Amino acid sequence: MKFTAGLTGLFALTAIANVATAADELPACEDCADELTIVSWGGAYSNSQNEAYHKPYTELTGVSVINDESSAEAVAKLRAMEEAGNVTWDVVDVVASDAIRLCDEGLAMEINHDEQLAAAPDGTPASEDFGDLLVSDCFIPQIVYSTTFGYRTDVEAWADNTPTDVCAVFDTETFPGKRALEKRPINNMEWALICDDVAKGDVYDVLSTDEGVQQALDKLATIKDEVIWWSAGAETPQLLADSEVVMGSTYNGRLFAVIEEQDQPVAMLWDAQVFDLDGWIIPAGLSDERKARALHYMKFATDTQRLADQAKYISYGPARLSSAPLVGQHADLGIDMAPHMPTDPKNAENTFLYNYEWWADNRDDLDGKFQAWLAQ
Amino acid sequence: MSSSVQASSDVRGAAVRFEHVQKSYDGEILVVKDLNLDIAPGEFVTMLGPSGSGKTTCLMMLAGFEPATNGEIFLNDKPINNVPPRKRGIGMVFQNYALFPHMSVAENLAFPLEIRKMGKSEREEKVKRALDMVELGAFGNRRPAQLSGGQQQRVAVARALVFDPDLVLMDEPLGALDKQLREQMQYEIKHIHESLGVSVVYVTHDQTEALTMSDRVAVFQDGVIQQLSSPDDLYESPQNSFVAQFIGENNKLSGVITGIDNGLCGMTLDDGTKVTAEAVNVGDIGSRATISLRPERVELEPQELRDNRVNGKVVEVLYLGDHLRIVMSVAGNHEFIVKLPNGGRHSSPIEGQSYQLGWSALDAKALDPVS
Amino acid sequence: MSASIQATTDLSTPKPLTVDGRPLKKSLARALRRDKLRAFLLIFPLLAFIVLSFVMPIGDMLFRSVENSIVEKTLPGTVKALSRWDSTIGDIPDEAVFTALADDLMLAQEIKRHTRLGSRLNYDQPGISSLFRKTGRRLKKFENTAAQDALVQINAAWDSPAAWISLQEIPSFDTHFPATAQSLQNWSGWVASEEGEEVDATTLQPHGFTYASLLQDLKTLDASTWETLEADASGLFTGVNDQLQNIPEENFTSQFADIDDGWLDLDNWRAMKRLSPRYIDSYFLASIDSERTESGVERKSENERIYATLFVRTILISLVITMSCILLGYPVAFLLANLPVRASNLVLILVLLPFWTSLLVRTSAWKVLLQQQGVINDLLVWIGLIDNAGRLVMINNMTGTIIAMTHILLPFMILPLFSVMKTISPTYMRAAKSMGASDSLAFWRIYFPNTIPGIGAGSILVFILSIGYYITPALVGGTKGVFISNRIAYHISSSLNWGLAAALGSILLVLVLALYWTYDRIVGIDKVNLG
Repeated sequence: MKFTAGLTGLFALTAIANVATAADELPACEDCADELTIVSWGGAYSNSQNEAYHKPYTELTGVSVINDESSAEAVAKLRAMEEAGNVTWDVVDVVASDAIRLCDEGLAMEINHDEQLAAAPDGTPASEDFGDLLVSDCFIPQIVYSTTFGYRTDVEAWADNTPTDVCAVFDTETFPGKRALEKRPINNMEWALICDDVAKGDVYDVLSTDEGVQQALDKLATIKDEVIWWSAGAETPQLLADSEVVMGSTYNGRLFAVIEEQDQPVAMLWDAQVFDLDGWIIPAGLSDERKARALHYMKFATDTQRLADQAKYISYGPARLSSAPLVGQHADLGIDMAPHMPTDPKNAENTFLYNYEWWADNRDDLDGKFQAWLAQ
Repeated sequence: MSSSVQASSDVRGAAVRFEHVQKSYDGEILVVKDLNLDIAPGEFVTMLGPSGSGKTTCLMMLAGFEPATNGEIFLNDKPINNVPPRKRGIGMVFQNYALFPHMSVAENLAFPLEIRKMGKSEREEKVKRALDMVELGAFGNRRPAQLSGGQQQRVAVARALVFDPDLVLMDEPLGALDKQLREQMQYEIKHIHESLGVSVVYVTHDQTEALTMSDRVAVFQDGVIQQLSSPDDLYESPQNSFVAQFIGENNKLSGVITGIDNGLCGMTLDDGTKVTAEAVNVGDIGSRATISLRPERVELEPQELRDNRVNGKVVEVLYLGDHLRIVMSVAGNHEFIVKLPNGGRHSSPIEGQSYQLGWSALDAKALDPVS
Repeated sequence: MSASIQATTDLSTPKPLTVDGRPLKKSLARALRRDKLRAFLLIFPLLAFIVLSFVMPIGDMLFRSVENSIVEKTLPGTVKALSRWDSTIGDIPDEAVFTALADDLMLAQEIKRHTRLGSRLNYDQPGISSLFRKTGRRLKKFENTAAQDALVQINAAWDSPAAWISLQEIPSFDTHFPATAQSLQNWSGWVASEEGEEVDATTLQPHGFTYASLLQDLKTLDASTWETLEADASGLFTGVNDQLQNIPEENFTSQFADIDDGWLDLDNWRAMKRLSPRYIDSYFLASIDSERTESGVERKSENERIYATLFVRTILISLVITMSCILLGYPVAFLLANLPVRASNLVLILVLLPFWTSLLVRTSAWKVLLQQQGVINDLLVWIGLIDNAGRLVMINNMTGTIIAMTHILLPFMILPLFSVMKTISPTYMRAAKSMGASDSLAFWRIYFPNTIPGIGAGSILVFILSIGYYITPALVGGTKGVFISNRIAYHISSSLNWGLAAALGSILLVLVLALYWTYDRIVGIDKVNLG
């Protein structure tokens, strides 16, 4: 997980890369299905994909795209489809950890990134362009998003204090009020340890022991009464807007919407933001025509220009290094999107690196412990 | 209120008294119009009438489930308009018995006794006696649903009587039974009434029931009592043709009064036939009236002299076993009924032929003056 | 003839016959068969639907809660080898097990089943999924074994499929070469399943691990067997015995250890052995916060127990919800049953209104009303009942779940109650009053007992629906208001631990059936009136 350094560095580049679109070079798809079922998350996110990927692709090829907003249950549904022997999806948008799971279960197709995806405009092969973001053989990265905190800027009880680092979340004396945290161990356990004097590099070693887990839970216990636990990304923005909480974690794009689009008195606390990836998988076991179509779409939708285009509609960073210089302004608001990207150097001064492998091994175990702790 | 008590001092001893009682549900139509009625202790009074005549409303007012819109009802000379039903102490038998389905027969009977905080042994004693009275001593542990209709009926009667009320109201209690059972129950209820001496107010639309059981019958029509008298008076001397029609079978002949003398009147029927009838309820000479004549009082081809002799043509003859029912066309009435006892001697009348009919003037009642 | 036999054997009660001498019973059955067939055809669509949509899924769920064939299917040789290993001694398994593992994993990673097995084992042994993922990736590197090189060097014929065919033709091949036989069987089985047809033996070229197995078998042969082998016409074994000692020892144990020292971890092996049977109770044990260890079944440590708490909480909250539905629904149903038809229809529409709004809309509405900055709190602060600092917490906790679920489930209480109340004649109350009962006494002694079937039906409906709900508790339940069904949903959609979800679901099913049985015993299910 060393991709942050590379990504953030690229934003400093001023040179505009070759803007020729790969679409010009995209060969026509032969013996391909003429319909494509794309599964995604719905809402603003699907909308951004629709504008940046689906519409241009339909224009180019005439293929009709069927949208399905089932990404939240994608893993279970794909498994059920596979068991029933009838996979109806062609391309599925999932977070990286789900992609790993699907790949482990044999439910997602393995991708040869260099052969099956477009190279960068300067000829850099895809695997280098994506770099360390290729966390699974089946995963085609699309965006970098982060889970970070937003806080209200008008809390009277805080006097003139403003949260500057993530440990403000655990400081209920200086920053009284309710907090919103996600109802799962991932991220929360890490933040708790960091704020309990564990060095960032040691977090997963500590968390691998029973004592470390207990330490993290004990730290969380100090604010347990002040926490509203969320399970859907839309909850924290709503809770912040309603003044139900004074600070809360959520995806950076959701906070962008609250701050810039809805103009709420909320600010971002980028400190110790946790990067995560979202991208595509192609289900295993598709017919040859459908597989060819899915791969054809994939090659188009994950090229350098397309990924950069998506950032016009939503504040998530494109997963290709070569896309970063192409990020422009928001399509409606007309503001520069680069400073709102989680990968912007100013925002990424202090980031925490999420360990996929570790969580793949320990997620079920820790989730059990975490839920037991919550239930107490 | 006190004045009405005083005004009623001349009828002291009445178990129930309705005084100028009126009832309206919607504020526009009176379903009971100025009802006045006295019921003596121990008396069996039946309210008889077609549905919608106001008889059940009267019963409900007496029981306390409907308030009287105007007037006063007395129970043992005490006004009860403001007394809630549970304090009236009236036993009641409902149309569908209203036996509590979740209680056994014995529990049903014990319920009113429990409310009266009666001791257990006394309660059981009374329940047993009441069940024995209706010959259901062995059925105490059954649920109502396990009993036949007739048995349920008896339990309902026993339950209404078990707490020794002075007055029992019965709202068409036999309506759900078949004919045979109904007749049997009529005698049983009559018998129980006689042996216990309670007052009974009985509501029915079945005239046979009313005639069989009652001391007096109040015939209701349009919220008004048309006639209140003993069953035989009701049959023999109806005060108007509604009563005559409602109680038993009846032939109607209409015409104009030509003369009145000594309780009898001469009439010219609409087809010109001249007849004599008893002037029960008629206007002056020249006014119209209706003659009411019971079918069994008409004789076919009378051997003896009769006050009235009229010709009629046979329309239809029906064989009913014990009698022949002959539909005839008489003085403009084409549904004139004659009942001919089956004596076995006559040959039956022949359809289409004319016969002479005769009846006594006293059997023909001139009613319903129209001026 | 048959009649006479019947007459002699069954003299006491001769069976009734029809006029033409056939037994009446048979004759009747024949006459009815047509009707029965017709009736069956009529209900067949429904029967098929119920079997498809109800019986099969439940059967599937029950099966999944104990099914565990993935271990044996993926690692057949390893499971066999592990059965000879004593897990209680404290040593990791011997080389034979590792050889079998190498062989099994080689095939498993070809069809991507090793990662699937890894995630299965990871439910019980955290960390094992990455062990399998990592091993699968690196296994190819040691496919070319020393055994293969050596054998081919001794006799080049070992490099051709023909060698393996003649090897298998040796008398009692299976007994002399058990590991080789297992390896070949796996290999051909896999090829067959991949190619989808019978394997052409002349093209079957085993992989390096099969050579390793062969070598292992060769070392255990006695002298007389060697004589037989060397006399074999093919000459495959000529000189092999002499050089056997010179072939370097294959050491898979250390090779696996090089990939990941997780293979030297005794706990991993114990977990694999424990989970190797085809049917296991580990999902059910997990459902009651227990696990099987080397010393038998044990309760999990306190901070890992969750399911028992959730089961108890689910039942308790469902009971509270059922009670509040009775308390709130009873008067409404009473009103409905006693209003004139036109007015009662209007109220009925209001009662059914919740059915017509989306669950999420309703739940969001409750959030707006109940949250701390919400309408009710604002109102209470404005009235002055509470001060600004003391705003009530009515959502994201148990209260929230109870309020929202009561609202959602209320119609299921009101409708059966209403249908029962409608049938209760008002004359019962009149009769009771005429006998001297006060209003309240008449209600409690007469009216209320007659509504119990409605309360029973409503309660069963509400309770059963409520213990299965998960969306609403997840949205408004916070931490103290979530149900066991939320964990089931998590295991279905997120952790993919369907076996555990099935076990939890089966327990829930048993609870519901037990409740149903109890209800039948106490009240009688025939008294339930659903309207």
